[in-house]
Amino acid sequence: MAVPLLKQGDHLIISLQPGLTDKDWLKLGDDLVEGVGKFRSKGAIIDITALDLIDSFAARTLRSIAYACKLRGTETVVVGIQPEVAFAMVQLGLTLGSIMTALDLEEGLALLKKQAKEKGTRGR
Amino acid sequence: MKKDSVPIPGSQATAESNVKLVHELVDHFKKLRDQMRKQWVQMMMAKGFLAGLSEEEIENESMTIYDTCVGCLEKGEYTAAEQYAGRMAARGVLSNMTPEQILGGMLTLRDVYGRSLFERYQQNLQRLSEALDIYEPVANKILSIVALAFLEEREKVVRQQQEAIRELSTPVLQFREGMLLLPIVGVIDSVRARQLTEQLLRAIRSYRAKLVVMDITGVPAVDSKVANHLLQTVEACRLMGATVIATGLSPEIAQALVALGVDLGKMRTVGDLLGGIEEADQMLGYKTIRAAEKDA
Repeated sequence: MAVPLLKQGDHLIISLQPGLTDKDWLKLGDDLVEGVGKFRSKGAIIDITALDLIDSFAARTLRSIAYACKLRGTETVVVGIQPEVAFAMVQLGLTLGSIMTALDLEEGLALLKKQAKEKGTRGR
Repeated sequence: MKKDSVPIPGSQATAESNVKLVHELVDHFKKLRDQMRKQWVQMMMAKGFLAGLSEEEIENESMTIYDTCVGCLEKGEYTAAEQYAGRMAARGVLSNMTPEQILGGMLTLRDVYGRSLFERYQQNLQRLSEALDIYEPVANKILSIVALAFLEEREKVVRQQQEAIRELSTPVLQFREGMLLLPIVGVIDSVRARQLTEQLLRAIRSYRAKLVVMDITGVPAVDSKVANHLLQTVEACRLMGATVIATGLSPEIAQALVALGVDLGKMRTVGDLLGGIEEADQMLGYKTIRAAEKDA
């Protein structure tokens, strides 16, 4: 299943659908890490609102995608984790490390904008 | 007394004569039904077990109980008694009947049956002991059914109340836009921690909260298990994009946590609720000013 990358100004958005195979996960990770360079995105958002399950592989992949994007100079936010998913994840001991998270797409975009602003003022 | 004069249940009577005797007892109880039932009601009244029941209720209930018990003896199975006891316990508990009223009533009925057997077989002790061999296990079984039904009903009520207390004890309150307050009062066990976390996560989504001030002033003790629960809650909130500020850790709790070696690095902590709210305000960019100062 191909997952499209959506360019939204300075940001790149990827919205995950249920039923992704492990292969799909790896592919979309490669796509995103490549895409943030191609589009010169300042931030990337991975939207997992539709997912009602995160297993250890998915958690690890999310983590590595985010770290890889960061190494390419793009902040990554994971948004839309459902309450049940969040609870299941902490119970299973799955964490997203230091990846930023936000409630939904809107909040995620706001977070990235705020970060960019802070960076901007620091740079000045 | 010679040893072999003591009847051992089932050793003397053959199965056939047992069946015959059961029939005899059932016939006896059925024949004397009205007389014995009235006697029973009178005895219960004298003991005050029937307080709060109407004439009609007493009439109906006593008849049903009497017939159910005789039915158990006749058929040798207790489903009817179990069902009736369950219903009776549910009603009894609801209408605040004491266990003494219910159990006392049943014990009185046992006495009435027993007495009537003594009267009937007083000429023939051998026969009496055989009759008692049959009657006693049935009577005891019925009594234990009633007692258990009553206990079960009580426990059901206790469970319901516990649930209600749990529901009530973890309110999630919104006190500013995007800010939630979670005052935890009382002991946290894993069931409650789970419920609390689920409630909080749902609230974060519905209120679109970014900050949660979790006040644990009312938690009497924190062990490593509770601390772990709290850490899990914090982590789950973070996954939903909300930050948790924990407030109200007493000196004892703080020292206990340090001694336990719980890593609270992931948790933002502030001394008291006021401080927590101030910090939360600051993080969300709110500023609280006294109106008078502003005007001045």
